[in-house]
Amino acid sequence: MARVRLDNYAVVDAPRLGVRGWLRWVWRQVTSMRVAIILLLLLALGAIPGSVLPQWPREPARAREFLADNPTLGQWCERLGLLDVYGSAWFTAIYVLLFASLIGCIIPRAMAHFRALRAPVSAAPTALGRYEHAESAPVPQGARTFMTAAARFLRPQPGWWGAVRGYRVRIDERAPRGDDAETELALSADNGHMRELGNLIFHTALVGVLVAVAAGSLLTYRGQAIIVEGRSFTNAVAAYDTFTSGRLFNPDRLYPFTLRLDRFEAVFSPSARPQSFTAFVTLTEPDSDPRATDIRVNKPLGVGGANLYLQGNGFAPDLTVTDADGNVAFAGPVVFLPQNGAYTSTGVVKVPDVTSGPQLGLKATLYPTAVGAGTNLSSVHPDPTNPVMVFTAYQGDLGLDDGVPQNVYRLDESQLSPVRGVDGDPAVLTLTPGATVDLPDGLGSVTWNSLPRFAAIDIRADPSLPWLLSFAILVVVGLALSLFSQRRRIWLVAPLNPRAGHATTVVVGAAYAPPHDVGVGDHLRRVMAAATGTLTRSEDR
Amino acid sequence: MNPQTLSALALWGATTLYAIAMVAYSVRLAREADAKVAARARVSVGAASGDDVPAAEGGALPRSAAKALGIARSATLVGVILHGVGVAARGIEAGHVPWSTMYEYTISGSFVAVVLFLLIQRRRDVTFLGAGVTGLATVALGLALTVLYEAATGLQPALQSFWLVIHVSIATICAGIFGVAFLVSVLQLLRDSRDKASRTVSGRGFRFLDAVPAAPTLEALAFRLNAVGFVLWTFTVMAGAIWAEHAWGRYWGWDPKEIWSFVIWVVYASYLHARTTQGWAGRRSAYLAIAGFVALILNFTVVNFVFQGLHTYAGSGS
Ligand code: HEM
Repeated sequence: MARVRLDNYAVVDAPRLGVRGWLRWVWRQVTSMRVAIILLLLLALGAIPGSVLPQWPREPARAREFLADNPTLGQWCERLGLLDVYGSAWFTAIYVLLFASLIGCIIPRAMAHFRALRAPVSAAPTALGRYEHAESAPVPQGARTFMTAAARFLRPQPGWWGAVRGYRVRIDERAPRGDDAETELALSADNGHMRELGNLIFHTALVGVLVAVAAGSLLTYRGQAIIVEGRSFTNAVAAYDTFTSGRLFNPDRLYPFTLRLDRFEAVFSPSARPQSFTAFVTLTEPDSDPRATDIRVNKPLGVGGANLYLQGNGFAPDLTVTDADGNVAFAGPVVFLPQNGAYTSTGVVKVPDVTSGPQLGLKATLYPTAVGAGTNLSSVHPDPTNPVMVFTAYQGDLGLDDGVPQNVYRLDESQLSPVRGVDGDPAVLTLTPGATVDLPDGLGSVTWNSLPRFAAIDIRADPSLPWLLSFAILVVVGLALSLFSQRRRIWLVAPLNPRAGHATTVVVGAAYAPPHDVGVGDHLRRVMAAATGTLTRSEDR
Repeated sequence: MNPQTLSALALWGATTLYAIAMVAYSVRLAREADAKVAARARVSVGAASGDDVPAAEGGALPRSAAKALGIARSATLVGVILHGVGVAARGIEAGHVPWSTMYEYTISGSFVAVVLFLLIQRRRDVTFLGAGVTGLATVALGLALTVLYEAATGLQPALQSFWLVIHVSIATICAGIFGVAFLVSVLQLLRDSRDKASRTVSGRGFRFLDAVPAAPTLEALAFRLNAVGFVLWTFTVMAGAIWAEHAWGRYWGWDPKEIWSFVIWVVYASYLHARTTQGWAGRRSAYLAIAGFVALILNFTVVNFVFQGLHTYAGSGS
């Protein structure tokens, strides 16, 4: 098999025939640096459409709208996975190949590095004069003393910084070529190993990050609970408003805590900009006393491996609805969803349990600081300074018995008809806190008892987070080690005894480093000065 | 004088001074190139006539060159002081660190670029970068003051975080570092083309290239800058993920801003790989570094204005 050089990191056996030859060839290709670059560029290019087109996981409503607006183009995008780039087969293929390549790269390099660390540093070259950085200096103390001092200076020093910057050193006693075969001492020092080590740590930690993310997506659960002031939430799947979990998540492992929302505080500036949101809660964990704490934006509360995030808030007016017979058919707070920055909010009340007559439904809008009247009603501030609620009532069948799960924020009007006023138009009724209004036609009445707030709390547990953080830290440390540590070689050569006709020994030094290393010449001079004892303390390293 | 006027005045002052510095640095570069060309001519004439003319490196510079350098240096120095005052006054006016809107990010990022240039200048001669850096800063400040300007406001609850300070300050520093590295890479490519006698850059207008260091030297400088930038960018992305985890309960959600931060990171990673690969080192890797900076600028302009996402507060207004 012919060996073909692909680039500095891979040598390929050009295949003749046979499956094994081909497989080997493919594998070598995949683990070559050139393919790694191309895969990285593909990864970058492939990620871009996700920022341009609406993505199903992130914004399903916009994706649906996009499909409706662009039937043909949309279908094509959908087919090519462009509406779910990061879950698409081709994007997955790119990063799986990249990581296959990465692992195929790390393993042989780690082994090579391990071998290189155990092998001695390569010996000093014979002709030092041809290097760009070369120096010579007289060493009256003699070659041996000089070399010992230089080695001590170069070897790893105490402390992590000293360890990172230390060299691997070897000293040989050798006979130079040539006629005046005087024995000489040659020191060879190399600190390239730290860089390679950092590089391996970095690439391995990248694999760790990917594994942690994958494990997290299998083990995680996340849900949202809407809690009204004064009410409690118990951590069980059924208690969530929405709940999703990874494939390997076991619902029996939910930690059964109880959270009570005592009070929700929202602070807005006079111009209605949000300034702070705080949920004051009482947390009861199994086998311990209730304790008061709070949850803020940016300050989640950790409970039993899960984090509770304050994700949203709004008003949940407490209403009582009586039916035509005067019995209470509904009572309790109803969550209204804010629609704008002034917290104009909309909500729906479904009253299926009437004693007699048709079922009732209410569609209501709440204005926390109402101004204007009639159709010009609007809210100017999210604080409930002048709360007003406007609603229309519906009668008929709410459609709750069909067994189809319904959206609690939406009224299914297919079997409902609006309740009409004396003029024959749908009646628009207005309510203020503490007041009661009667529905037309003696259908019943609605009372607004109070105006509590609600908090939307996201609960999320991802057992991979500590791992992910550790690998991320290793990524940065490895990267810094690999990019900032030097790759210098230092060689010092001196005859054991002064050359004939000279009173003192003269040491020749040379250094070699990549072109971006501008300090290497100075460093060489410093090493030599330190070894001859002429380096003052302040210049030390 | 209230902080708002002080900030605006100082920044306008800095813009003007940078513009002056840019002109002066350009004059200096042109003179240096002229002198080099003249010296080369003298050497060849000398060689022909057998005279022993010392090939003084760069040749003697006319007095106007020294004067131009003096003007450039002092204008940059005073400019950067005013710039710093402007950024600080903005921070005082807003009551938080001055990097939460595009306007603030631009004035802070360009400040980092100029400071970085002055810091490098202390250790080695990078006068050839002066015109580019001050030019970039002039454009950035001018755009910031005219197009991007926004009155200071308080921070939304989601932004009131220690991680905002970390994440955005490092991102700002990265923009400055990558910006200077970008200039170096562009010079590297131009110089390389000129050395290869490419037609496009052989004209008189590109004579200044004779005064910049050789392409390998520029590549080495660009690498050092990009290496620092890349480590800091890695950190930026991670700090952003930690912040997102605290604020939104997920560390990564493929939000447009996150997508582009990732793209930038991957492009610079491919640059670092390309540098050490046969056939990719040199020109091709420089293209990748330039692509990385273009992505950075896109992330900060197009992505803020056009795409929607949780990061929309970074855009203008609303
Ligand atoms: C997940 C994708 C990858 C990323 C994000 C990545 C990132 C990086 C970075 C940032 C560096 C610069 C550090 C340095 O120069 O020391 C680097 C270097 C390096 N990478 Fe990767 N890498 C990836 C995949 C790979 C693969 C698949 C290979 C194998 C072909 C590879 C081989 C190398 C080598 C040999 C170096 C050292 C280059 C040098 O000598 O400076 N990397 N990588």
